[in-house]
Amino acid sequence: MKLKGNVWKFGSNINTDAIIPARYLNVIDPEELAGHCMEDENPQFVKEAKEGDIIVAGTNFGCGSSREHAPIAIKAKGISCVIAKSFARIFYRNAFNMGLPILESADATDGIQNGHEIEVDLVSGEIINKTTGKNYKASPVPPFMQKIIDDGGLMGYIAKRRVFRNE
Amino acid sequence: MGMTITQKILADHTDLKFVRPGQLLNARVDIVLGNDITAPIAIEQFKKANAKTVFDKQRVIMIPDHFAPNKDIKSAEQCRILENFAKQQKLTNYFEVGEMGIEHALLPEQGLVLPGDVIVGGDSHTCTYGALGAFSTGVGSTDVAAAMITGELWFKVPETIKFIYCGNLNPWVTGKDLILYTIGDIGVDGALYKAMEFTGETIDSLPMSGRLTMANMAIEAGAKNGIFIPDETTEKFIKSIAKRSYKYYKSDANASYSDIKEYDVSRIEPQVAFPSLPSNTKSINDVGHVKIDQSVIGSCTNGRLDDLRLAAKVLDGKKAAPYVRLIIIPATQQIYRQAMREGLFEIFLDAKAVISTPTCGPCLGGYMGVLASGERAIATTNRNFTGRMGHPKSEVYLANPAIAAASAVLGRIGSPEELD
Ligand code: SF4
Repeated sequence: MKLKGNVWKFGSNINTDAIIPARYLNVIDPEELAGHCMEDENPQFVKEAKEGDIIVAGTNFGCGSSREHAPIAIKAKGISCVIAKSFARIFYRNAFNMGLPILESADATDGIQNGHEIEVDLVSGEIINKTTGKNYKASPVPPFMQKIIDDGGLMGYIAKRRVFRNE
Repeated sequence: MGMTITQKILADHTDLKFVRPGQLLNARVDIVLGNDITAPIAIEQFKKANAKTVFDKQRVIMIPDHFAPNKDIKSAEQCRILENFAKQQKLTNYFEVGEMGIEHALLPEQGLVLPGDVIVGGDSHTCTYGALGAFSTGVGSTDVAAAMITGELWFKVPETIKFIYCGNLNPWVTGKDLILYTIGDIGVDGALYKAMEFTGETIDSLPMSGRLTMANMAIEAGAKNGIFIPDETTEKFIKSIAKRSYKYYKSDANASYSDIKEYDVSRIEPQVAFPSLPSNTKSINDVGHVKIDQSVIGSCTNGRLDDLRLAAKVLDGKKAAPYVRLIIIPATQQIYRQAMREGLFEIFLDAKAVISTPTCGPCLGGYMGVLASGERAIATTNRNFTGRMGHPKSEVYLANPAIAAASAVLGRIGSPEELD
């Protein structure tokens, strides 16, 4: 699947309180959460991010709390994909479990700036910077995670297989 | 090749004899935990999957603690989702206001999480229970739903970093300072995806409260879990309260570690983490003049009886400085009662503190002590991210209860040594 969008660039250690401040966690409605996504970090984001836009960030994206409200808010905001140098582990799990595409690529993060237009091939991991013409390659998604995505997230995976056999 | 305690516990919760770091597996879980923030989404997923019953009604635990007692209508609705689910599923361990406490203080106190367990919770600080020698980690709501239904969950076996602490602790240095110092050293992603194994002679004599504080903050270094090898301290803590049988594991002598870090704790002074990362640490002597508006003593990190006793020791006969709000939150009802019995409340009230019912409250900027723009708080909590305790332009400084108490009296961040 190919995705195309404009980039919102963020730094390293973007935490879950930045993605969705805890003061809004007394609701679970995705639309309401999306309305506050990144508001303390970059107020422009909530106002101007468009359907299909892509977040590009440094290391340890999504560190902090286990709140699934974070990937939910990002997804409901219409962000099609997050590319980072690395992800915090609970965010990584959550994103896969709920079907938000994420990719790890240090080169892409260094080479892509705010406002660039990029194209992402989720299967091959290829990232093309349409603004500069440069290409990058993200680490491939581990096969097991790919299975979860193919089944539409963890709940779909469980409904289909019920048990996961240990190798 | 031997295995670490983390590998062994995971292996024993599958049908495998040996598991290696990086291996994906499905493990049985002993306890699944949800709170008023994460459980509503998990319950929604549970229903969407057409699941009828949880895998074990004694092992799925629900605790409304973040915005409870309900702070507003929206949180009341969230808490009601938990309550209804608990009733409908006949959960043995649902803790209503009046018997609840902050989850990570409550579960060890109630003997519900035990050595050798695999525990998952819809809260990142679920890693706290590693203090007991359990594999315990935070997960998202979908994971909680999956674990509630199947009693199992997928894991990638983590590599382990071993931390060895040697030497005697300096005055006013606690488990909190050791973990802040460690995070300051390795950074907020220094243990990303990994297990942190805490060992050494200093750890051998560290009380359970200090171990719980250290394991609690493993996530602030990006770790999957923090873990201690059970010993006599563990046995003393657990034996009279355990609600079921448990098992001790320890790392093999030839287990492999991705890294080994050694610290001479005699060189560690009380630590303060400056905004807005827990790794942004300084020794108390290097803090300079930082005026504060509020001091918060509580949370799943430092809201235990030992923490309150330490704060009381500093506050005895003293008063919070003018215009400083001192908020003390015993983490559970039992701690609250015991602190009251020991006369700590007298000391706190004389010091102009407010004492709150157990709740997460200000720790996550929920309620009961939210900061205005430009205000500063010192807190015994675990996160000082931008806006964590209120306005995005407010600041949080992390420290141990003695420093937080002394700072309240001084009106600026400082040490008990500075009080007469
Ligand atoms: S006290 Fe703070 S860190 Fe602990 S569970 Fe509550 S909100 Fe989370």
